[in-house]
Amino acid sequence: MTQAVVKPRAPLEKQVMMTVNGDEAVAYAVKQSLVDVVAAYPITPQTIIVEKFSEFVADGEVKTEFVPVESEHSAMSACVGAAAAGARAFTATSSQGLALMVEVLYIASALRLPIVMAVVNRALSAPINIHNDHSDAYLMRDSGWIQLFAENVQEAYDTTIQAFKIAEDERVLLPVAVNLDGFFLSHTLENIYMLPDEVVHEFLGGYRKVSKVRVDYFDEEVPLALNPARPLSFGNLDLYDYYFEHKVQQVEAMKSVPEVVREVNEEWFKLTGRRYGDGILDPFEVEDADVVLVGMGSGVGTMRSVVRRLRKEGLKVGLVKLRMFRPFPFKEVAEVLKNAKVVAVMEKGVSPGSYGPLFLEVNTALYDLKSRPALVNYVYGLGGRDLVPDLVEGMIRGLFKELEKGVFEPKLRYLGVRE
Amino acid sequence: MSQQAGWRSLPKAGVAFRLSTDYKTGDWRALKPVIDYNKCTKCMLCWLFCPDMAIVWDGENVVVNYDYCKGCGICANECPVKAISMVPEF
Repeated sequence: MTQAVVKPRAPLEKQVMMTVNGDEAVAYAVKQSLVDVVAAYPITPQTIIVEKFSEFVADGEVKTEFVPVESEHSAMSACVGAAAAGARAFTATSSQGLALMVEVLYIASALRLPIVMAVVNRALSAPINIHNDHSDAYLMRDSGWIQLFAENVQEAYDTTIQAFKIAEDERVLLPVAVNLDGFFLSHTLENIYMLPDEVVHEFLGGYRKVSKVRVDYFDEEVPLALNPARPLSFGNLDLYDYYFEHKVQQVEAMKSVPEVVREVNEEWFKLTGRRYGDGILDPFEVEDADVVLVGMGSGVGTMRSVVRRLRKEGLKVGLVKLRMFRPFPFKEVAEVLKNAKVVAVMEKGVSPGSYGPLFLEVNTALYDLKSRPALVNYVYGLGGRDLVPDLVEGMIRGLFKELEKGVFEPKLRYLGVRE
Repeated sequence: MSQQAGWRSLPKAGVAFRLSTDYKTGDWRALKPVIDYNKCTKCMLCWLFCPDMAIVWDGENVVVNYDYCKGCGICANECPVKAISMVPEF
């Protein structure tokens, strides 16, 4: 979070400080975002979002159509229908709920529906566990959704509102998953600044505006939405003659995302005085760093405090917080890591039989560099295990010792597991 | 195939950009229903049962719209006077 030099349009004195947990922050953000339809099913640790939002509905504080569905598969299906009809739709889930949704996630993105979903990250069963890691987020890695990660409750609030703007941008039209760490953020109280309703409404340009499409059987462009008066057909059978083209169209749309995320981040900064790096990644002390950590989510806060402490000792260590995992910012990651000697990819997930999903991306990003840093993969915090500062400190000091020898084996390591 | 649009110009989201009637599904057919009008009593059961609305009333007779008839044979099966026979296309 950087402080504004130019006075923001909605300075802090016009914002409202509230003490909320991450789930409540998301619920408030959705309440302010003029969402037409919320279809959701409760699952720990996401439950509070749905619970809080259903209170807003019951108390008449929002006009949103709230659909209490019987499963997450139905939650996403209802959002698909609503968004196809031109509505601004939101849902939220975690872990097993997300797993049940997977089939429909691919449909939402391929139909170019700008749905926003909060994913309150939780470990996948088995063994059954309600606490945080990123295995659910990685599960939807290839589903065509934009994936943003919040580090703290303030960022979860900010990112949820931004997500609607990013998703609905004419250049994008793709669904966005806002990831926040279960319990570490979802159930942890934080003082955050919220914007007045009307400022959020203005930022989003009011209710969702549907883009236009040209089809052979109408004389003019028509809104890309279901409407009996000018019928369009979504989700058609699309075989070898067109499927490939439609897939490429969807994949190519991802290319516009970084630009839009940057713009929205800057616009947010001018409005609120808050921004998160360039919106895509946020480097900390990397310029002259020999050892650089790369991570996502709440763990980054712990890492930053350790890096700050070790910097005071003179250790050349830095940190890159990654805010956007899909689309993956290959060029930006290569640029920010090119001068490092060793990069530690801090991972809250695994892909049995391979390296962690984040490691694979960073590895790919660095491949085209003429001289590459060494790369190691630290898996930490599975099933909600705490990442304590001493653990990070020991890891960093260990890497400096390895740097003297120049050998980094093995590549895949576990941080904080008992042997 | 050469006249089909590429990904840059296709409408977004895979929405249908032509009417479904433009898509002639009759070429899926292997067996073709042929009506013997000497037997047909115009009872309209074939018209009622056709799942693709490919049997139509032309004002005097029931006729098969071969642009869309997929040759499922339900009409022949349902015809009470066996006026419809399924003839191989090839």
